[in-house]
Amino acid sequence: MANCKYEWPAAGDRRLIGKSISRIDGPAKSSGRAKYSLDINLPGMLFAKSVNCPYAHVRIKSIDTSAAEKMPGVKAVRVIMGVGKEVQWAGDQVAAVSAVSEEIAEDAARAVKVEYEQLPFLVNEADFDKDKTAGRTRQAAELKVGDPDKAFSDPDVVTHEGHYGIPVITHCCLEPHGHVTEWMGPQSLRTFSSTQGVSAMPAQFAEALNIPANNVQTICRYIGGGFGSKFQMDAWGLASAQMAKDAGKPVKYLLERAEELETAGCRPSGFARVKVGAKKDGTLVAWESDCWGTGGPTPSGVLPIPYVLDIPNRIRRHTFILANIGPARAWRAPNHPQAALLTMTPIDDLAAKLNMDPLQLLMKNADLASEGRGKVYREELQKVAEMSEWSKYWHPRGDKTPGHIKRGLGVSIHTWGGRGHAGNCLVTIQPDGSVTAELGSQDLGTGTRTVIAIVAAETLGLPVEAIRVKIGDSHYPFDGPSGGSTTVGGVSASTRRAAVDARDQLFAAVAPGLGVPADQLEAVDGKIQAKGDASKSLTWKQACRKLGVKTVQAHGKNPGQCMLGSSGVGGAMVADVSVDTETGLVKINRMAVAQDCGLIIDMKTAESQCYGAMIMGICYSLFEEKIMDNITGRMLNPNMEFYKLAGIGDIGELKVHMMTGPGYDERGVIGLGEPPVISPGAAISNAVANAIGVRVPTLPVTPEKVLAALAKGGMA
Amino acid sequence: MKQKKEKLLSGKKEADGLTRRDFLKGAGVAVSGSILVGEAQAEANPAEGSAQVQGPGEVPVTLRVNGETRRLNLEPRVTLLDALRDRLDLTGAKKVCDRATCGACTMLMDDRPVYGCTVLAIEAQGHEVTTIEHFSKGGKLHPMMSAFVEHDAQQCGFCTPGFVMACIAFLKTHPNPTMEEVEKGLGGNLCRCGTYWGIRHAVLDAAKAMSAEAEGGLIHG
Ligand code: FES
Ligand code: FES
Repeated sequence: MANCKYEWPAAGDRRLIGKSISRIDGPAKSSGRAKYSLDINLPGMLFAKSVNCPYAHVRIKSIDTSAAEKMPGVKAVRVIMGVGKEVQWAGDQVAAVSAVSEEIAEDAARAVKVEYEQLPFLVNEADFDKDKTAGRTRQAAELKVGDPDKAFSDPDVVTHEGHYGIPVITHCCLEPHGHVTEWMGPQSLRTFSSTQGVSAMPAQFAEALNIPANNVQTICRYIGGGFGSKFQMDAWGLASAQMAKDAGKPVKYLLERAEELETAGCRPSGFARVKVGAKKDGTLVAWESDCWGTGGPTPSGVLPIPYVLDIPNRIRRHTFILANIGPARAWRAPNHPQAALLTMTPIDDLAAKLNMDPLQLLMKNADLASEGRGKVYREELQKVAEMSEWSKYWHPRGDKTPGHIKRGLGVSIHTWGGRGHAGNCLVTIQPDGSVTAELGSQDLGTGTRTVIAIVAAETLGLPVEAIRVKIGDSHYPFDGPSGGSTTVGGVSASTRRAAVDARDQLFAAVAPGLGVPADQLEAVDGKIQAKGDASKSLTWKQACRKLGVKTVQAHGKNPGQCMLGSSGVGGAMVADVSVDTETGLVKINRMAVAQDCGLIIDMKTAESQCYGAMIMGICYSLFEEKIMDNITGRMLNPNMEFYKLAGIGDIGELKVHMMTGPGYDERGVIGLGEPPVISPGAAISNAVANAIGVRVPTLPVTPEKVLAALAKGGMA
Repeated sequence: MKQKKEKLLSGKKEADGLTRRDFLKGAGVAVSGSILVGEAQAEANPAEGSAQVQGPGEVPVTLRVNGETRRLNLEPRVTLLDALRDRLDLTGAKKVCDRATCGACTMLMDDRPVYGCTVLAIEAQGHEVTTIEHFSKGGKLHPMMSAFVEHDAQQCGFCTPGFVMACIAFLKTHPNPTMEEVEKGLGGNLCRCGTYWGIRHAVLDAAKAMSAEAEGGLIHG
């Protein structure tokens, strides 16, 4: 018996929680009937297009919109960056036009004349050229623990030094950023926003437009990807609402593909010179790193290296480079994929120097992980070793089998927080038995809707289909934004609390009739019955009918009473690759991940997060880079031919194991979106080094870089 | 250059086995419809075997979509995708790259898969256009859609309708595909959330379900 009434049911009592359940909005999505913001068509709606700045760093001298305004079909024109404003990256929106068709809007955008004053720019930071970056660096506070100098000078310590890096990439959400806005009255706005924060969006519009926040309604039933880049209203959101007001018509303003890639978010780069030292038995003792990177013209986050392993003597210095490359935005597990690469690849090189199996080296040092997570890492490393047949396929550096195809394995570990966010859920039970759960939340494709339905259904003893989940509308109770793997923890807890209270109200209503005290009732299999005595029972419908004209409503909050979730997960991943030493092509044979995330609500969508994260990881490990041109200052690949993503044939065989059961379940719900996307870069880079015997120092591991590394040779 | 080489080496093919190049040639449009203006319009319609210049203003266009005749007035440069999405509110096909790279706009033209962003609406005249909406008419999901749900072959779902269409078209020419054929044949669609693992299994499963249905005389779609 639970000590606290909201606690999750014990393992044996869970009918739905932890099972593999298909997402409830799957049919809407796979049939093409789900409406995304880009799909919203309103009567009389206008289409907006941007005037994009073609230069990386300029000041606006003049803007002439008169020709555009005169074009037939053009209904509104707005300057976004006025005269005198400094544009900090190419592609930025200088002005926008709205017209009756997309084609006319494109013509009108081209008719806007802008004069620019050229300013010096920097768009590449990989080589950290001191001259070029003069005046464009900021130093983060140095972090020093123990005495690294002394530790490195110990004659028994073996050290490795190297240079590693991971470039700027973009989010490349398939649905671009943007909104459809519609004025419902002089002071009242409705937005269909492609956003990760439905409840937080009205306040942004309200403040910018100087109208009451309560007069703004934001709707986002479906969103085509966000990955951390879609929290803001953004300049285009404001311009959309302004043009809608000017024209007296709804305006659809979502970005074009090129501007999406150029202006809607950068994952900051990370490059580092690293020195790492261990005793001959592999015990890590010392770390020193000089790291730099850019995410745009303002400082972004410091990379937390050494990552996961708190090596006892360590020093890290971090330099922000301020480049004209676009705005830094949170990208799934901010700073962690970079930190994992910059930590796990030098450690792998050190293992090679020590003639040690890197997986064993991580096992040995697992207790350096914070929060006493060493045991979890050992269990997970053990598990991925089995899944990837590590002992069969791993070999010391350099596949010595004849031929030009070389196979190798690499490993990495990762961590994330993932505590549930603050939010509210309203559960309503109607006298006819219908049930709704309402939250101002959003489902990014992670399974939020399904998780809410499962929790409510489990609590009320109903099938999943009996719950109508209403999310994606700011008129529902406030829920936090979806970022940092916080959503499932948040909505599962608020829904559980609301559903338990709603159920208890129903118990109280039917208890007298059943002649059973309310606290001796249970809701199972679509019935309300005396605990352990099915002879005293009502069907769900009969029970609800007893409500008469009353409706049961209960409000659940997170955080709140009872521990329903916690924070802090591990995770271990192995990559198995084959490298063609003649073409330099890397092929993924297999990826395996062992991942914990506390109590799992829906096994199917949880596993999907891991499969998807590994695939996204393959993308940034082998293909993705925001390639910037030093001469024009522009992105050279603002399209999907050359901003490459993996295809269905590029992913190999994927294996996922979720850590569940004692030791995991009792931690409650913890988020999962971020953790499995962290390790692929390091695991794949390490696998390539294991295959060909030399390190390709930076991601993405392209054929060109593989061939260059092979030509250069390297550590034996 | 290097990307081009990789792409060729990774064997990206259209759903019906054509290379992207063949596809573009076949469609008679070498660049995105949305930037076809001025002189390019003259070249936009060679597939009809006519040298007649249309536009630049709106022209009457008659489309056959999901078995219905739809009459519109459109500028000749309007793509089939934009015509369907902006004018007919058929928004299942998504606009993502708008230039024949991602497959999110995949639809059928006379049973062949095409990228709707790379066909002009005027070119689609005289052809039967079938969009994703057709395959769940009356609320009954096509077996491919059910397989996508069952295998969780979708996350955000934005690539999904295009993928479902590519898969349906692919099974028409490969009713019993091998995994290798799936990997090659569906290389013309991209997903950002990383749902390929589920898609692979969905396609193989749907193939089985559909051949079983066909044997039972219930040919769908
Ligand atoms: S939108 Fe047509 S292929 Fe990408
Ligand atoms: S499911 Fe999101 S892009 Fe494919």
